Amino acid sequence: MSSSTVSRQTSQVRTKPTPGIKAGPSLRRSRDNVSGWTFAAPFLVFFLVFLVWPILYGFYMSLTGKSLTGANDALIGFSNYSEAFADAGMWRSLGNTLYFTVISTVPLVLVALVMAALLNIGLPAQWLWRLSYFAPFLLASTVVSLFFVWMYNPQLGLINDFLSKFGIPKIGWLNDPNVAMWSIVIATLWWTVGFNFLLYLAAMQNIPAQHYEAASLDGAGAWRQFFSITLPQLTPTTVMIVLLQILASLKVFDQIYQMTSGGPGGSTRPVVQYIFETGFTGYRLGYSAAISYIFFGLIVLVSALQFVITRRRSA
Amino acid sequence: MANTTLTRSIPRSGSAQVIRQPRKKLTVGKVAAIVVAAVLAVLWLVPFAWATVTAFKSEADASASKVSWVPPSGFTFDAFASVFQAGNIPLWTWNSLYTSAAITLITLVISAFIAYALSRIEFKGKKVLMTAIIASIIVPPPVLMIPLFYQMLAFKMIDTPWAIILPQVIHPAMVFVLKRFFDQIPRELEEAAVMDGASRLRIFMQIILPLSRPILAAVAIFVFIGAWNNFLWPFISTNDDSLLTLPVGLQTIKSAYGVQYAQNMASALLAALPLIVVFLFFQRQIIKGISTTGLAGT
Repeated sequence: MSSSTVSRQTSQVRTKPTPGIKAGPSLRRSRDNVSGWTFAAPFLVFFLVFLVWPILYGFYMSLTGKSLTGANDALIGFSNYSEAFADAGMWRSLGNTLYFTVISTVPLVLVALVMAALLNIGLPAQWLWRLSYFAPFLLASTVVSLFFVWMYNPQLGLINDFLSKFGIPKIGWLNDPNVAMWSIVIATLWWTVGFNFLLYLAAMQNIPAQHYEAASLDGAGAWRQFFSITLPQLTPTTVMIVLLQILASLKVFDQIYQMTSGGPGGSTRPVVQYIFETGFTGYRLGYSAAISYIFFGLIVLVSALQFVITRRRSA
Repeated sequence: MANTTLTRSIPRSGSAQVIRQPRKKLTVGKVAAIVVAAVLAVLWLVPFAWATVTAFKSEADASASKVSWVPPSGFTFDAFASVFQAGNIPLWTWNSLYTSAAITLITLVISAFIAYALSRIEFKGKKVLMTAIIASIIVPPPVLMIPLFYQMLAFKMIDTPWAIILPQVIHPAMVFVLKRFFDQIPRELEEAAVMDGASRLRIFMQIILPLSRPILAAVAIFVFIGAWNNFLWPFISTNDDSLLTLPVGLQTIKSAYGVQYAQNMASALLAALPLIVVFLFFQRQIIKGISTTGLAGT
């Protein structure tokens, strides 16, 4: 009997750890310290070795002239950074990344919303629509690139052939510097919109049905309901999807590298590819680490924005 | 407002979808919606269809200047036969399978353990630890590629499977997905075990883990798909042809085969097949898994 009350008390203390209240005997406390860190240890080891250490080491590298050939490990201060800030190539690739982020985020969110809204009306054969919209997300970037390079082929490709039926002249989807980035956005839209679509669909299905029932009684039509109930209820989801999409788009590399190698004439080369090439093709590890950190700064800025917004929402 | 938050916090199962409008009434709006949805579905299926048709053509038909859905000299398995003769796809599939499985397994184990500690145990330094892990969610993998490559060189792990596997097992966002789930498991369930003098480890293994199967499955799905399709890190960390994963191996095909369109498409389809088949069988679980973990951010 008495032992049961003791355990209940301690478990209550554990549920709300208010400072000042002693959590049972000190023996239990030190045992908790040991078991807490023991349970955390396996993750912590990986965390320290493969995440924390590379971040710190990467920053150290960015202050050296380190190269893959091993020459010049000496600290050179921030001169990599000052070189990067004067490097037209870096600015151009950073600009390409930002351009891609802007023109890809808008359709990736809007088309996902439209797809989810269509399904949410209660179309028959839900699994069929979900399968078609989401299936591309399961493909590796290389598969997507192979598909689209083939369809974009200027002479033999499906798309130009289709357009020629309407008298539209051949378009150099991946060869024309003015078009190439848009072609990559189209391929990316096809590839990853299904992910955002699923998040929207799940959020829509969590909107309580009573809202719609009340609106129907008031005579609100489907459009009215969508704009005055669905969309406002989705605002938190939309904010999260937009921010996650921005963060994902900023990291773009795979499909561009595979479809255009950054061309034509560097018009699609994203900053991640610039880092990759500076480090592994140009062997300048120190310099590419510095550009990584400039890129990281950009990501931190966007994430900070996300943090502030989600904080404000949950508060 | 209170009402919405309340409903939102209760997870609703996929089968309990609310049908908002009477099914029998086929309004103009609904027909229009079906048409738009169908157009989108067709657009989304065309790349698959075109790749499939191309893969079953002869190379001559595939590169004919006249685009055709039904090739003049008929459909053939030639492209698949040549791809199998080259023999790389099964090896790459195996490499992808065991590295992704290892990544998923290690991620699940280490994340579940720490998530339990963060959810249930009060220990010194927990706050700091939690803040560090939350902060690490924002670190983008491309930022790590240069130092990580150098580090793997120093560990002499480049061109071993460990180089592919080990750096991919840290998923801070998933730790919090698991922690949030553990937080919702009523503590009363553990009290009896505590009274019996059960250890933390036993409580975790025998009470918490069995109750957490759905969330463990969701995390596993999310991590596995990510690892299976990851390109950048396996591309950097392996030069050895026998270690290439599917996505990286396909990249080499593209340059090696050049204009062999039918073979390219056959390879791409074979690479796509495993996950598509898995999806067909576990559609509901995968969709639920993505929906529950997706917003956590990676």
